[in-house]
Amino acid sequence: MRLWRWLADRWVMIVALLVLGYLALPILVVAALSFNRPSSRLSYDFNEFTVDNWRRPCATSDMCDAVVRSVQIGFLATVVATVLGTLMAFALVRHRFRGRSAINVLVFLSMATPELVMGTSLLALFVSAGVPQGFWTVVISHVVFCVSFVVVTVKARLAGMDRRLEEAAMDLYASEWQTFRRITLPLVLPGIVAAALLAFSLSFDDFIVTNFNAGTTVTFPMYVWGAAQRGIPPQVNVIGTAMFAVALLLVGLSSLRGRRARRTAAPVGQVEFGRDAGTR
Amino acid sequence: MTLLAPTGPGQPPPAPPAARSGSRRLLPYLLVLPGVAWLLVFFGVPLGQLAAASLYDPSGSLSTGYAMTWAVGNYADVLQAYWPQFLRSFGYAALALLLALLLGYPLAYAIAQKAGRWKNLLLVCVVAPMFTSFLVRTLAWKTILSDNGVLVGLLRDVHLLAPDGRLLATPFAVVLGLTYTFLPFLVLPLYASLERLDRRLLEAASDLYASPVRAFRRVTLPLSMPGLVAGALLFFIPASGDYINAELLGTPNEYMVGNVVDSAFLVRLDYPQGAALSVLLMVAILAMVFGWLRGAGTEAVR
Repeated sequence: MRLWRWLADRWVMIVALLVLGYLALPILVVAALSFNRPSSRLSYDFNEFTVDNWRRPCATSDMCDAVVRSVQIGFLATVVATVLGTLMAFALVRHRFRGRSAINVLVFLSMATPELVMGTSLLALFVSAGVPQGFWTVVISHVVFCVSFVVVTVKARLAGMDRRLEEAAMDLYASEWQTFRRITLPLVLPGIVAAALLAFSLSFDDFIVTNFNAGTTVTFPMYVWGAAQRGIPPQVNVIGTAMFAVALLLVGLSSLRGRRARRTAAPVGQVEFGRDAGTR
Repeated sequence: MTLLAPTGPGQPPPAPPAARSGSRRLLPYLLVLPGVAWLLVFFGVPLGQLAAASLYDPSGSLSTGYAMTWAVGNYADVLQAYWPQFLRSFGYAALALLLALLLGYPLAYAIAQKAGRWKNLLLVCVVAPMFTSFLVRTLAWKTILSDNGVLVGLLRDVHLLAPDGRLLATPFAVVLGLTYTFLPFLVLPLYASLERLDRRLLEAASDLYASPVRAFRRVTLPLSMPGLVAGALLFFIPASGDYINAELLGTPNEYMVGNVVDSAFLVRLDYPQGAALSVLLMVAILAMVFGWLRGAGTEAVR
């Protein structure tokens, strides 16, 4: 019986590791292909090792233009969506008001709508209103699908916050503004930062909504899509690998910071981590 | 405020200030106004516009303009012409969901209950694919499944695949790609609900002579239901609307509804048809979402 259970335990873990391998495989292939000199433009097979792609990542200049454009769009959409979504999250968690549940439904609906429907409906709107499609229609459309994710992320952080900390500040004669600046905002900030990062990655990686609203504007995913028909330059894999490395670095740094914060726990942090540990 | 009186844990929290000024009551409305306005103008209105476009006179064109003729027949036309792609969208998404459940449940369970101090590292591994571009990853599958690739060679050698058999450009490739693309969306909510699972319940079940399989069916599975439903929705909705996997890993024989909508709006410029297909997809998804949530809701009560 014990042996059986021991095996059963390991069985789950082994399957889990195999599935993680399945998830990791394409990333390894992308990294390998970034060092490939393809035999032809339409070939996807590994041919010959080279570091040329890394030495000259912008050899095909329109690709790098597309990356820059994606970053610009991602930045603008993130700023707008984070501001709008955070304000909404505060109202939804901290206030009881008429129309609150209708707004919750609106946010949920915009998350449950397939990107295909969101993209085509905006296209229908822009065309019928005579708005020329391009950079700004892409920004507008990205804000639409980013807002709801920001609302949900910030809401979760706010809902998990200990209200007593704010009450304590007020008890100690902090004004409402001081309480917000010194207590509420620092405690919610990790949620807002997480929401902004999520919004940026959603925007940067979006293809379907963008495809319907970009006109002739080319973002990085649009470039890759077009190139898939004409032949992919290997530098695309350099960008893919570099993106992965940067994101991994950010995660590594933030987890290191989190660990250090836990060790030298500031009073506010202590309360927070204490509560986290308690709920687990 | 005079709050010098001790407020111990047993006492009720201090009441909010009694007199609320008018501006304070307005505050929540001011906070939600910009966001709600954005969502109404760029999400609500467009949906109405899409529904309207689906009823335009199909004989119009983008250059001559469309006339609103309440042409309900558009829906019959698109269903008649594109029902295979429509069914395929839901069929592939359902197959991919099944595969994702088989792969994702053990993964979520292992991370939540067995990983110990490796938990955070494994979670990073689950979201790691999302660190890089989704299209670039899908193209990587083209390399992995390529006719000249290691995988196809191996499968041909062990006769699992005919000497001229292929993986790329088959329904299998598309379903595999869909599973891969959306697996993290299923695993994360599932993990969240399995993480809260109280191990003592499983111990109690085994104390009462439940076999591990029975304990799983009667304890673990029902308790993970909220995460399972949320994850399944987060997986199924984008998977059924996706057309990138079908385009890059399949052929026109594997096209899903998204491919048809894309070509209707961007190639053929047949707006009424494209809009009618979009509306049908939206209605089907909404019906499913509310059906599932309702089913899950009653189950959670039980």
